[in-house]
Amino acid sequence: MSDFFSLSLSNPGLLGLAGLMICGVIAWASGLARLISAGNRAKFQRSVILAARSLWLHKLRSFLSVLGIIIGTAAVISLMGFGKGSMQDALADIKRQGATNIIVRSVKPPDDSFTASRGFVSNYGLVQKDLDRFQTFGDAISMTVPMRVFPTETRYLDRMINGRVVATVPEYAEVNKLEMASGRFLVGGDDVERNDDATMLNVCVLGAEAADKLFPFENPIDQSVQMKSMRFKVVGVVKERMPTGGTGGSLAAEDYNRDIYIPFKTSVARFGGIIFTRASGSRSAEKVDISQVTLTVDAEVDSPAGRAKVQAIGDEVKRILEEEHYQKTRKRDYAVTIPLDRLEEAERSQTRFTNLLVVIASISLVVGGIGIMNIMLATVTERTREIGIRRALGAKRRDITMQFLVEAVVQTTIGGLCGVILGLSNLFTLPFLAKWIASEKLPAEVDVRAIYLSVIVSIGVGVVFGLYPAWRAAKLDPIEALRHD
Amino acid sequence: MPAIVRIVDLVKNYYMGGAVTVHVLKDLNLSFDEGDFIALMGPSGSGKSTLLNVLGCLDRPTRGRYFLGEVDVSEMSDDQLSEVRSTYLGFIFQSYNLLPQYTVVENIELPLLYQGIKLDERTKERCIELAGMVGLGDRLDHRPLQLSGGQQQRVAIARSLVNDPHLILGDEPTGNLDSRTSVEIMQMLRGLNRAGKTIIMVTHENDIAAWARRVVRLRDGRVESDTRNDTRVMAEMN
Ligand SMILES: Nc1ncnc2c1ncn2[C@@H]1O[C@H](COP(=O)(O)OP(=O)(O)O)[C@@H](O)[C@H]1O
Ligand SMILES: [Mg+2]
Repeated sequence: MSDFFSLSLSNPGLLGLAGLMICGVIAWASGLARLISAGNRAKFQRSVILAARSLWLHKLRSFLSVLGIIIGTAAVISLMGFGKGSMQDALADIKRQGATNIIVRSVKPPDDSFTASRGFVSNYGLVQKDLDRFQTFGDAISMTVPMRVFPTETRYLDRMINGRVVATVPEYAEVNKLEMASGRFLVGGDDVERNDDATMLNVCVLGAEAADKLFPFENPIDQSVQMKSMRFKVVGVVKERMPTGGTGGSLAAEDYNRDIYIPFKTSVARFGGIIFTRASGSRSAEKVDISQVTLTVDAEVDSPAGRAKVQAIGDEVKRILEEEHYQKTRKRDYAVTIPLDRLEEAERSQTRFTNLLVVIASISLVVGGIGIMNIMLATVTERTREIGIRRALGAKRRDITMQFLVEAVVQTTIGGLCGVILGLSNLFTLPFLAKWIASEKLPAEVDVRAIYLSVIVSIGVGVVFGLYPAWRAAKLDPIEALRHD
Repeated sequence: MPAIVRIVDLVKNYYMGGAVTVHVLKDLNLSFDEGDFIALMGPSGSGKSTLLNVLGCLDRPTRGRYFLGEVDVSEMSDDQLSEVRSTYLGFIFQSYNLLPQYTVVENIELPLLYQGIKLDERTKERCIELAGMVGLGDRLDHRPLQLSGGQQQRVAIARSLVNDPHLILGDEPTGNLDSRTSVEIMQMLRGLNRAGKTIIMVTHENDIAAWARRVVRLRDGRVESDTRNDTRVMAEMN
């Protein structure tokens, strides 16, 4: 609704149209009020019934003349529905990433000269110290989840999977909304720091596909897999995870199902403080301390204050990193992603889409309205004699105006309702068709605002475009009209 | 008897394009009594229909006064004229002028729609009663096109009575009917007149005019003659 008005106010053409509609509706309402205040509700009801009957008399004609309204309304309902659906889909995707998260990743700096001077080994990215710096946010951050990600071959018997090892902390499950297929995720006890037991446990949790590949037949829980030369006990298997969309932002689409999770501290102890990776066939190697840190801000996504808080902390994180990394080393070896940015981007594009729809809808409804007006004018000519008869029998000019106006409005209202039904049935059937024929996902969501808006606008179109023909009918001279044949 | 219709120096001109003026009614002075049955006669183009339209408040005189009862209606607004038609007048037309999409009962009911009274079972009963009175009690749900000309005109008569008018106006009500049916219709009008309704009827047939009590002949927009039919002759006709 607010989109509609904000757009109208910024666009003179639409402003005019909206003004016209509002005038029409006011004229209509005042006529209505007069009729009803004159104690004539029965008369009004009757004129609606009579209008419906005279439309029924020319079914095909009435149908064809409201076809524009039907199609326009149906298009608005379905497009708004699909727009809202894909918006919600995008939202769900963003929420999967955590809408109040701030994701800081290590990235290889674009500057290559540095790499060359250090003998093909580039050392970059986030370090343990950065984690300590983030501690200054205190309670504003409800969770800090560091990750070290590196590729490793993992074996069980003769089976092998070449996936990523993700070394992280137990909160990872919460931040990423992981669900367990069996067993448990990493818990505090796995981690030396949180466990009084000083032995660093060699435990791991398998992604769904990793579990499938390594243990196609056996129950993986309590089995041992081998990484490098170390054995890790499987304590859990994660349910299949939806990949996050790669759209917008700098996060690439990732497939998490081949990941194997191990405790952060364990990885530091077993694989060394710095991850050293060497892509096969490449002469360069990389050293990264921490691959990614996810900070969860303690805020409500749906409140403006919450959003502002996320943005503020995001800015602060960027500032700290700028200071500590860029200003000291002259290289930008980190990237900060704020999923909320994508959320807001998605909302903005949704608004643009809605506005565009309003424009298209207005055009199609004006076209539909002209169709109605055309037919109404023809009807008035055709029924000139009827108008004369009614006038002779005591009808006032405004009775005639009302009769034709009611006819136009009944027509467009029914047209609008048919359009709503058609639009809704599109929303319910097309996603199935899309899945069935093209196996495409077509998210749809009913937008109630669109329904109200289309019905109200349909009524408005009836008033605006029925007014002129009705006025023409009322203006006819009774005698001339009676002589007409 | 008090005059129900009184016209004083009534002039009706039609202004055609340019300076051409058609003088249709020229300083007419007429007065009709309540309860009378008047036939307006005269050759084609003499201004009968024009006069009847003015009397029926469908048209306004160019000059002069028209008193309906005590009220001067010559200066009334369009809405007021509609109200007068709705409350005091009943019309019967040559070509019946029923609405084809409505049934007999609905056609009879039509004038009530514009009276601002509530249409309910009582008004419907009254319409059915009127339909019975004009002999169409078994045709209530028929449409005009399913009826003969005489039957249609009887529906029109019932319709003209539904608002209990003071004055019934007919422009050649038998003009489209054969002589036998014409007689039926005239008998019906005479019955209404006997029951106290004032009727003004245009006709160019002497046979039809003979049913009236008073005959006014027009020629070129003036009254040529104004006579009373011999009541004894009328008695014989019955
Ligand atoms: N709307 C009009 N415009 C111009 N002339 C008219 C109009 N209506 C009637 N007349 C003229 O007025 C005269 C009387 O017409 P009318 O009253 O219909 O005659 P009649 O006695 O046959 O009913 C005719 O000459 C006709 O041409
Ligand atoms: Mg005539």
